[in-house]
Amino acid sequence: MLKMQDVSKIYRTDLIETYALRSFSLQVSAGEFVAVTGPSGSGKTTFLNVAGLLESFEAGSYELDGTDVQRLSDDARSRLRNERIGFIFQSFNLIPDLDVFDNVDVPLRYRRLTGANRRERITSALDLVGLTSRARHMPSQLSGGQQQRVAIARAIAGDPAFLLADEPTGNLDSLMARQVMDLLEQINEMGTTILLVTHDPELARRAQRNVHLVDGQISDFRAYEPRSAATEAARA
Amino acid sequence: MFAYYTRLALKSFRRNPGLTALMVIAIALGIAVCIMTLTVYHAMSGNPIWWKNDRLYTVTMDNWDPQEPYREQPRLPPPQMTYKDSQYLFAANIPERKVVMYSTNGVISQAGSVTPERVSTRLTSADFFSMFEVPFLYGSGWSAAADSPPQPVIVLSREENDKLFGGMNSVGRTLRWNDREFRIVGVLDDWFPRPRYYDLTGGNFDPPEKAYIPFAWGVELELLSNEDTDCWKPEKIDTFKDFVASDCIWLQMWVELPDAAARARMQSLMDGYWAQQHKAGRFQRPRNNRLTNVAHWLRDREVVANDNRVLVGLAFAFLAVCLINTVGLLLAKFLNGAAVTGVRRALGASRRQIFIQHLIEVGALSVLGAALGLALAALGLAAVHHLYSAAHLGHRGGYQELTHFDSVGVVWALLLALAATLAAGLYPAWRVGRLPPALYLKSQ
Repeated sequence: MLKMQDVSKIYRTDLIETYALRSFSLQVSAGEFVAVTGPSGSGKTTFLNVAGLLESFEAGSYELDGTDVQRLSDDARSRLRNERIGFIFQSFNLIPDLDVFDNVDVPLRYRRLTGANRRERITSALDLVGLTSRARHMPSQLSGGQQQRVAIARAIAGDPAFLLADEPTGNLDSLMARQVMDLLEQINEMGTTILLVTHDPELARRAQRNVHLVDGQISDFRAYEPRSAATEAARA
Repeated sequence: MFAYYTRLALKSFRRNPGLTALMVIAIALGIAVCIMTLTVYHAMSGNPIWWKNDRLYTVTMDNWDPQEPYREQPRLPPPQMTYKDSQYLFAANIPERKVVMYSTNGVISQAGSVTPERVSTRLTSADFFSMFEVPFLYGSGWSAAADSPPQPVIVLSREENDKLFGGMNSVGRTLRWNDREFRIVGVLDDWFPRPRYYDLTGGNFDPPEKAYIPFAWGVELELLSNEDTDCWKPEKIDTFKDFVASDCIWLQMWVELPDAAARARMQSLMDGYWAQQHKAGRFQRPRNNRLTNVAHWLRDREVVANDNRVLVGLAFAFLAVCLINTVGLLLAKFLNGAAVTGVRRALGASRRQIFIQHLIEVGALSVLGAALGLALAALGLAAVHHLYSAAHLGHRGGYQELTHFDSVGVVWALLLALAATLAAGLYPAWRVGRLPPALYLKSQ
């Protein structure tokens, strides 16, 4: 479970202080699919970075699966991030000089798993995203949609509890975007909690819950009907 | 993870071959210049008989003027001995080997052949050759029995044997040395210890003598030293007998002591002798009896010119400049890859893991730099070797001393390159681990 209470994140320069998150509180239960929407500069990505332990915050508290993350050392935060969180980015962020297999391997390397265990997980993740045959291709040899599927495989290979997706369809055409969303839903149905940052209200409607951010604060909560019906409607 | 990080380092090199080459060349140049200057420094200042540094000792006692110390190094006793003191100590059975000696000039001639030639000749004891591990081409040195009374035996240098006998084995033949017939018992192989540690009264890098005869011939034939003879005391010296009885110093003395106990016994003997002489009115300066090993002897006698030290300093300054450039290039390279580092951080890499990954990349660079640096240094040293001419180099003293540094130098070069480059890479590797990943994830 993810629980943020009165979290504030401030970016400071010599002259100004900008609140990217202001007294931000949110609780996400295990297995939820939450969409975070809002205009540019509203703090969506900052929220995701704080949730993903990539950025610290100035005030408030944040518990991830019952662990107060603010008290953790960098090593412990990194280990928690590696074991519990998967990231999907708008621009895929594949490592260009590693092939598909090795890209998916990256988070597993930091977990010090055995070679056989890593191979099994990578194969399974690539199988789920339908790219087993492309395992030895370089990212530059793949389409945008395929690259994002590799990124998803990389995010789920470690079997994380949380998947944080920052505009995962932002660089894709509508067909590819739909495939990626289908994949995310499939992963969510398998029990992974998903936090999806998006501009697209249509995509947001496919989540179980929508959190709307304005100026670093939640301005609106909206829960949708169970996904199966919503998904069918969206697909129609 | 080491293998994984090494693989990443090699991939990184392939991604930026130009930048990588620049860094390797910068490291290699710095390392090569350092190795070259250190090698030359070592060759000029190094101990040519380092393997016996804990066995060979020169013997000195301060018999000098009570009012004024010997020359410019007041803390040190004079570098040579009087005849009477050296003879007393030479009689001791404590050393495994012992030598009293000096250098003079003699005239060599052969009946009915080449014109007489003036040659530098060392008057020494039988142990000289084994003590200083002098190599022989033919024959050997003379036996201890030939020392006293002195037998007419002579050992020639290879160069002199080449001149007199065309390089043939001349052992058993005779020649005339100062109008006296001597039998050749040995011919040396190439031997040129640099510096000429066993006798620094002449030039530090002068070649060894061309002939060697038993020490006692010096007294028998009343031969004076052709190098430094120093006297301080107003003494009546009319005959050679007066001279050998005087407080003039003109002899070098060396002993080979097998262990610390033997050294302590020898020191005790010297101190006892000093006390006895002091009581009798000699040795009026503070007691300063020394057994000095070769390394300390070279240091005490200031064999290494300051120019050489300055050169080594400049070489290290050059290495520092190369490394500072490498730091800049490493920073540029690592910061250029900050986006990928951000991804790795997002996927679970800790700062420590990022630091280690980059440090291993720096280590791989340093190995490449060291390898190229060694190759460049070998080329440079070959050029220096050519410059100094191979003619005088031979056996352990000269060329081998250079190559001795080469074999050990490989290890030193690797250590130097690794230490220097890792030190240079510490900051860039640390810096890249401290980058805020979120910033670079967005920018990729």
